[in-house]
Amino acid sequence: MITDTDPRGEKRTRRMHPLPLRIMHWINAISMILMVMSGWKIYNDEVIFGFLHFPDEITLGIWAQHALQWHFFIMWILMLNGLCYLAYGIFTGRFRRMLLPIRLREIIQEVVAALTFRLKHTDLTHYNAVQKLLYLGVILIIILQVVTGIAIWKPVQFSGVIALFGDFQGARLAHFLGMAAIVLFVLVHVSLALLVPKTILAMLTGGPRVSRRAAENADTHR
Amino acid sequence: MSFRLPARSLFRPKVAPDQSVLAENAKLIESIERRRVLKGTLSLGALTFLTGCNISDRDSVQAFLRTISSFNDRVQSLLFDPNRLAPTYSVSQVVKPPRFNAYYEIERVKPIDLKGWNLELAGLILDKRPWSLEQIYAFPEQEEIIKHICVEGWDYIGQWSGPNLKQFLTKIGADLTAKYVVFHCNDNYTECLDMPSALHPQTILATKYAGEPITDPFGFPLRLRTAVKIGFKNAKWIRAIEVTNDYVEGFWEKQGFNWFSGI
Repeated sequence: MITDTDPRGEKRTRRMHPLPLRIMHWINAISMILMVMSGWKIYNDEVIFGFLHFPDEITLGIWAQHALQWHFFIMWILMLNGLCYLAYGIFTGRFRRMLLPIRLREIIQEVVAALTFRLKHTDLTHYNAVQKLLYLGVILIIILQVVTGIAIWKPVQFSGVIALFGDFQGARLAHFLGMAAIVLFVLVHVSLALLVPKTILAMLTGGPRVSRRAAENADTHR
Repeated sequence: MSFRLPARSLFRPKVAPDQSVLAENAKLIESIERRRVLKGTLSLGALTFLTGCNISDRDSVQAFLRTISSFNDRVQSLLFDPNRLAPTYSVSQVVKPPRFNAYYEIERVKPIDLKGWNLELAGLILDKRPWSLEQIYAFPEQEEIIKHICVEGWDYIGQWSGPNLKQFLTKIGADLTAKYVVFHCNDNYTECLDMPSALHPQTILATKYAGEPITDPFGFPLRLRTAVKIGFKNAKWIRAIEVTNDYVEGFWEKQGFNWFSGI
């Protein structure tokens, strides 16, 4: 068995998902669910698509004003947590190590493998190309969601951002589509995690130990 | 026949408790109605059926969310740039008639009788003489074609004209360092604006829409139009303007909407 510490007393291994990352993941998950549920209630007061109304059972807030109160409370948690997550991912090198590079050929190979039920998921500690694409994609969409959210909150103070989306309704539609993309991601993410339950366990307990040095080497060899 | 004495429990006190408290409160104990207790348990049971109840029903949650909303007021006043102008539009984009909004349906609008109508002035104002509509019409007019954005999410472009509020407040000798400008309306609606937003160059007391006097459903004879606030902050059918340092909670704010509601 490998010892956890080297002679200098430094840890040579650590969990695949370190504790700060797990905390941030779950804070993000909960706040995103609350944002979506309160957002649906706000949407219901002036629908964009006539056919689409969200049932009260899956919305947050008795009336629109309570949904707005929730939305403008949770936004702080989502933003602060998101900033911590981005800083952590960038400065620990996790994003570089886990999410990059994404190669088109690998994506195609893995999609084909997945569709023919030949996709292996034996090593939890390495994301396949489709995972990388989805995780990086959802991070970018959440950032965009914050941008469109601030724009429709303050369309005069940030009229330049509004202009990028045409007008207020354009930015509002973009905010709605961002929500749809995030919900779609959650559906895929949760179903795939349920298919491989040890991934859920890993996000709770930290998952397998990975060598610190191996991770660092992987960085320098790239 | 014999019976066994129970073993002395470790938890049983050696000396029996003083029973006098029961005798003293005998009346009180008798008054506990068993029926009421039963009724109480029934309502408790009924409560559990109210699964549709949202957690924000609870007063403490509501109080907490309102505290955050007040914090957001302060953030918004920091974000607010008093010199930043809202986009303006061309006459061809103006929607006629404007879109109606109030806390009741358009059929229930009570037109204002101009006989004896005056704009009342109150609070930290030097010259509190009321203004007649003729005087207001005679005041220099400012026109603006701006977007009305409702808290619900809809918007439309409107063409409004009337006295600039800052010029009007200056003319009547209002204390421009006061915190709030409050509008009292004919339909018992109240709205409270922060002073910097009231003094914004695109905040006017509108008397006309698309060059014609505003019609009854849209606030005749006098309403507020500001380019820097959500729709509901624009009070209609104004009957009095008050300048004050005391916060007055407006109609929608009482319902839980955010006070600053800047855009």
